[in-house]
Amino acid sequence: MDENLVLLTIIGMAVVTYLPRLIPLLALSGKTLPAAVVAWLRHVPPAVLAAMLLPAILIKDGELALGLDNLFFWAAIPTFAAAILSKSLFIPVIVGMLVVIIGRLFGG
Amino acid sequence: MAENRRLQDKRNTHPWLRGVLAALPIMLGYLPVGFAYGVLAQKAGLSTLNTLLMSIIVFAGSAQLIAVGLVANGIAPLTIILTTFIVNLRHLLFSAAIFPHLTNWRKKDLAVFAYELTDETFALHSTRFELDQVEKSEAFAINIVSHITWILGSWLGVVAGQLVVDVEPLALDYVLPAMFIGLLVMQIKSRTQVWVALLAGVASVAFHLLGFNQLHVILATIIGATFGAWIDGWTRI
Repeated sequence: MDENLVLLTIIGMAVVTYLPRLIPLLALSGKTLPAAVVAWLRHVPPAVLAAMLLPAILIKDGELALGLDNLFFWAAIPTFAAAILSKSLFIPVIVGMLVVIIGRLFGG
Repeated sequence: MAENRRLQDKRNTHPWLRGVLAALPIMLGYLPVGFAYGVLAQKAGLSTLNTLLMSIIVFAGSAQLIAVGLVANGIAPLTIILTTFIVNLRHLLFSAAIFPHLTNWRKKDLAVFAYELTDETFALHSTRFELDQVEKSEAFAINIVSHITWILGSWLGVVAGQLVVDVEPLALDYVLPAMFIGLLVMQIKSRTQVWVALLAGVASVAFHLLGFNQLHVILATIIGATFGAWIDGWTRI
């Protein structure tokens, strides 16, 4: 593709990415949301985190992967345990990385 | 104890330093993903300038990776832009969900903040705003260092594109999933939210497997949050 056309494509991508990030914040600015909406929005972070996480650890090459060879899935178990026990962010990250490193060393 | 320590940390450290420290997992995760994007963009034939420009003005990991794949296959620009729009529609929800924490911010600040609202920065912000008072400069520091790391990773991918650098033995590709696990656990404060997360997670996997792998996150989030709100209303009666 011609570089100028790529440039225009990138500018278009920037616009359609920025607007959904911006519009709710600006549209809501200065307004008080109904309690029901706030209650709904309170559930968005846990829902969105789970919705991003589960496909990342359960789907491999477009298919559900619960087998022994899916290291990301098995590593999630000690990572969850570390997160629950430590209530921190860094400890589960370290534990998860270590389990994956060890799994790759010995799993081939 | 932990509370005291946190208060003490707050007095002793500069908000920018706190922001950088909080963003460390994002930075560690963005380097390899940005690197992968840089390598793929080079392979797709994008100029160095355009490759970096996309990381600077779009700043959306999965959309950028999809876009370079489409460019490589000679897909029409309008299709690429439309795909980006669909993939990034979930940011509508991020923006709305973060708003209740930013009610006293000026519009100008909100506009700058929105520019760097990614999956990862949103996940980190929504958890931190929920748990504690967060200074505005601290929140901006998280966004800026995350963005700089993303651009840096992209640039490294461009310059080292020909070398084969294997990040797998270091497990850097597991940093972001592990961070999401940590943030998810911090977010869950009631039994209802355990069910919200499970439902949204399973729905997301199902939508993905059914072929809705551009909209699975937003659809699953709407289902999960609606279920949570419904349970809240139901148990209150």
